[in-house]
Amino acid sequence: MNLSLISSILTITLRAGTSLLYATIGEIYAERSGILNLGVEGMMMMGAVSAFAVAYHTGSLALAVLTALLVGAVMALIHAFLSVSLRANQVVSGLTLTLFGTGLASFLGQRLGPDGSRLVGLVGPSLERLPIPVLSVLPIVGDSFFNQDVLTYGLYLCVPLAAWYLYKTRAGLYMRAVGENPQTADAMGIRVGWNRYLYTMLGGALAGLGGAHLSLAYTRGWTENITGGRGWIAVALVIFAMWDPLRAVIGAALFGGINAVQFRMQAAGTTIPAALLNMLPYIATIIVLVVITWWETLRKRVGAPAALGVPYAREEKG
Amino acid sequence: MNKERAEKPILRMEGITKRFPGVLANDNVGLELHQGEVLALLGENGAGKSTLMNVLNGLYRPDEGSIYVRGELTDIQSPRDAYDLGIGMVHQNFMLVETMTVAENVVLGLQDLSFQPELRQVKRRLEALGERYGLKVDPDAYIWQLSVGEEQRVEILKLLYRDADILILDEPTAVLTPQEVDDLVGVLRQVVNEGKAAIFITHKLREVMMFADRVTVLRDGKNVATRSTSETDPDELARLMVGREVLFRLDKTACKPGAPVLEIENLKALNDKGLPALRDVSLAVHAGEIVGIAGVAGNGQRELAEVITGLREAAAGDVHVNQRCITNCSPRRAIEAGVGHIPEDRVEMGLVGDMSVAENLALKAYRTSVLSQGPVLSLDGMKDFARDLIDGFDIVTPGPETRVKFLSGGNLQKTILARELTACEGLLVAVHPTRGLDVGATEAVRKQLLEERDRGTAVLLISEDLDELLEVSDRIAVMFEGEIVGVVPADDADVERIGLMMAGEHREEEGAAG
Amino acid sequence: MRIVFEKRQSVSRTIRVLVPVVSLVFALVFGAFLLILSGVNPFVAYAAMAEGAFGDVHALSETLVKAIPLMLTGLGVSIAFRMLFWNIGAEGQLAMGGLVATGVALYASNALPSWSVLPAAILLGMVAGALWAAIPAVLRAYLEVNETITTLMMNYIAILLVSHMYHGPWRDPGGYGFPGTARFPEVAWLPRLYDRAHAGLFFAIIAAAVLWFVLQRTKWGFELRIMGENPTAARYIGINIERQIIVAMLVSGGLAGLAGVCEVTGVMRRLQQGLTVGYGYTAIIVAWMSQLNPWGVLLVGFLLAGLLVGGDQIQMAMGLPAAMGLVLQGALLFPMLGGALFTEYKLRFVHASPEDAVLPRESLPKESES
Repeated sequence: MNLSLISSILTITLRAGTSLLYATIGEIYAERSGILNLGVEGMMMMGAVSAFAVAYHTGSLALAVLTALLVGAVMALIHAFLSVSLRANQVVSGLTLTLFGTGLASFLGQRLGPDGSRLVGLVGPSLERLPIPVLSVLPIVGDSFFNQDVLTYGLYLCVPLAAWYLYKTRAGLYMRAVGENPQTADAMGIRVGWNRYLYTMLGGALAGLGGAHLSLAYTRGWTENITGGRGWIAVALVIFAMWDPLRAVIGAALFGGINAVQFRMQAAGTTIPAALLNMLPYIATIIVLVVITWWETLRKRVGAPAALGVPYAREEKG
Repeated sequence: MNKERAEKPILRMEGITKRFPGVLANDNVGLELHQGEVLALLGENGAGKSTLMNVLNGLYRPDEGSIYVRGELTDIQSPRDAYDLGIGMVHQNFMLVETMTVAENVVLGLQDLSFQPELRQVKRRLEALGERYGLKVDPDAYIWQLSVGEEQRVEILKLLYRDADILILDEPTAVLTPQEVDDLVGVLRQVVNEGKAAIFITHKLREVMMFADRVTVLRDGKNVATRSTSETDPDELARLMVGREVLFRLDKTACKPGAPVLEIENLKALNDKGLPALRDVSLAVHAGEIVGIAGVAGNGQRELAEVITGLREAAAGDVHVNQRCITNCSPRRAIEAGVGHIPEDRVEMGLVGDMSVAENLALKAYRTSVLSQGPVLSLDGMKDFARDLIDGFDIVTPGPETRVKFLSGGNLQKTILARELTACEGLLVAVHPTRGLDVGATEAVRKQLLEERDRGTAVLLISEDLDELLEVSDRIAVMFEGEIVGVVPADDADVERIGLMMAGEHREEEGAAG
Repeated sequence: MRIVFEKRQSVSRTIRVLVPVVSLVFALVFGAFLLILSGVNPFVAYAAMAEGAFGDVHALSETLVKAIPLMLTGLGVSIAFRMLFWNIGAEGQLAMGGLVATGVALYASNALPSWSVLPAAILLGMVAGALWAAIPAVLRAYLEVNETITTLMMNYIAILLVSHMYHGPWRDPGGYGFPGTARFPEVAWLPRLYDRAHAGLFFAIIAAAVLWFVLQRTKWGFELRIMGENPTAARYIGINIERQIIVAMLVSGGLAGLAGVCEVTGVMRRLQQGLTVGYGYTAIIVAWMSQLNPWGVLLVGFLLAGLLVGGDQIQMAMGLPAAMGLVLQGALLFPMLGGALFTEYKLRFVHASPEDAVLPRESLPKESES
């Protein structure tokens, strides 16, 4: 394999993985606080369509990104309200949001073009690649790491920030307590509900951002099913990453990059069926989940937040 | 023992009265605590110990009474107020997050507002505190890595970290090994020597003598006595704690025990935390007799019932019912062997709230040919069955189709009784059967148990109510720390001796296990 | 002033009926809002939808085409949900059913007597769906692995497998550039009733009847209900939890597989794109909204299908997006989800008192306390 091949694989991996990684980090935060959000796919869709629509009509990419963040957060607010305040079944609530979000995005995609026409097929402003001076001429990594769009660069900040916040700050400590043992957190005076609302909405915003990357940078433009299940992969990635933002990078690179590699390999004429390659992420997730669940000490150390998916109610102590 | 005391007590509780629906938990209780002393709060279940401490800790508000801390009248409205006054409590259920380190858990409880917790500082202080008081724990250890004794140390450290002066410990030795108990004695001594004060709630007399300078005895919600431990002995304390004179007796026919139905040999089992709950229990219950298990809750009774009914694994030993070995078999095998079970958790385990009375009555019998033909249930059969039981057991319900969750507590228990008495063939395990029931329902349940025994069933009765055990049982086995420390006939039982056994002070000779 | 949720003493029938009704009203209002935004008169639009879904026999038949798989997968999902097993995998189970039925249709038609091809396809398809569901079931029953994720992942694997097969090894060489298998031989065709509506309808009705009977009148059904209502009591009674989970999931997957079989042998009569269009996910909504009642599943499945078909119709007639149906679907479920809480709890406004700030309600001292 020659160097330019490696470089191009890396480049595509990073580009493909960006949207995934944003969504995954967001979901990590939501789940760490105890809320299972299965609406990520719907939030990504809505983020994608709203970002593109805004970019097309206003020409402002900044506004587009902001819209995506907002849209994702608002959708997640619905989920948070149902899950935290109304203690509804989080699985059904999240699934509904996905169905609803997907449908609504499709609807809007038909309606938000100029004069109410379709958005499909239109070409709008997109996030261009911004090479970083000096660094972008480095061999191999230069073109892949330092010649990306601003949202991918954003990840270079976002991921370490996410890890730092989670592990090194008081607020992150409180969040983890809320997700592990809300009774104890409550007894310590930590506001369980408020925390869960906050981080669920953050998760939604990041999912929306991931969607925006798709319509503004990766696929450019709006098509039906632009996310192609990435939202679901993000949910699986959270487990793969064992709820750790840094490990999520590996997962996103892996899962996102498989597409890139597969494309390359097909071009090079390989015998491994594409379908099998595409299945790998899902099979891997199942295996990881089994291993994690089975290995009890591992579970206690890096398992799911103990109170994930369980509505918290103070009266019903313990 | 540290005899130094400040002039004024550091804590004074006066005239504390606390009512719950149907229960007077604290009746004009007073208490004094001095700096430098360890005070034991002694009493049986229901005596009012935890309630009193929860009042102090700000979890409950007293209906009457006042609390003075360091001579000043206080108004404790929440745990936060108690915290600010330097009062801290270590509960029986630890408030710890398993996946975090010791230091992180300590940080959780602090009211500090810094953005980043100064973990290094916290760790250093924890190490210093650990040194000073003999509470060594690795601040970087994760809670899940710690033993229960170490977890308790963390809880105590949390209190010391924020300079609590008045420490309350609720049954602290319940989860400790003997060695750890000794360590705890040392720690408490060290702590109070520095000018703090500690109260610990217990029912174990030996520990009162080991740990405490003084002891306050509660009984039935009242403070019956306060003594210096140097001026009293376990016998006197037992008498004060149990203090019974008159016993009611139901009309009981003489006990004619038949063949042994339940035979337990050398049973060992662990509890949910992985600690030994049953440490070599041997017992036999014969047909036509009621054996009561006395003991303060937490000494292995729950686990005993669970092993017998197949809900818990036995680590060693055997359980035979009607000569069939059911050790470590599924609950289904136990049921098939004829074991009836009136569970402690009536609503959580014994009933399905959203199902009808008829369906609940059929929960055991639905497999029989009475209520089903092959795979199909006979709904008419179920209805008739239900009607018979409702009449026979006097269950008050609008009808057999009513959802069982709408029944009153007494009728819930009657439903379970009806079902279990009908289903059991030989052995009935009844766990706290009259808990929470009113007088009428209680008497009805006890009568049922006696009738069942007269019919030749072997009954194992686990109860916290010593009166009930004395009234209903033929023999009483006392459990303490996972062992049966004595079996005595219930007639003319020496209540004081039973009290001593319950508190770990006495053991009967071998041969009494029947 | 605080809002407190207090558990209800009794669940009134009125509430139980009110919640779905209010949801419906809410959904219609929300939909009307979106329609107005699109410059369409909502009444006209709704009327057109109803017409397009139920207006004539042809419309009805198209509605049935969508309803049948919803009904079957809905029934399957409802069984799983009855024991609190979150089977999100109906989509994959459906896919596997269709896949195996395709295999039988294409490659076993010659080997088997002609009358047995279709029954074989149905049977094997159901088995395929059942086995596909059994894997997450076993993982959950014996290893306690979270079934939400495993069933979801199995979906993707199945969908990819199906896609691979009709793009690759099973692709019809004579096809006109559209990826897909060859048309099935007629012996493998599920008979149709009118237009594209097929005999799968009978399967759905029979399945609902059987399920209803099993749930209400058999021991197994009784045990299943107990497991969902009170898992602790289920163990106490001696129910073999692991076995129940696996058997129930075999049934659940089998029904979804049957839906897949019907799609390939009744509607498409080949394997191509259009098999995995989300029935398995919509089935979850169907099951939830019908409160897991088998007859409810039929009704809700039918109505929801009407919503989808009606949406298709007005798209063409009025230039409205077809996604309308999807949107309304989602709008329906939110109030239902939130409303479900109100069947269990009452809303109360309480004047704050210091005690309430600490514990909203004091509880009796527990067992080992005094």
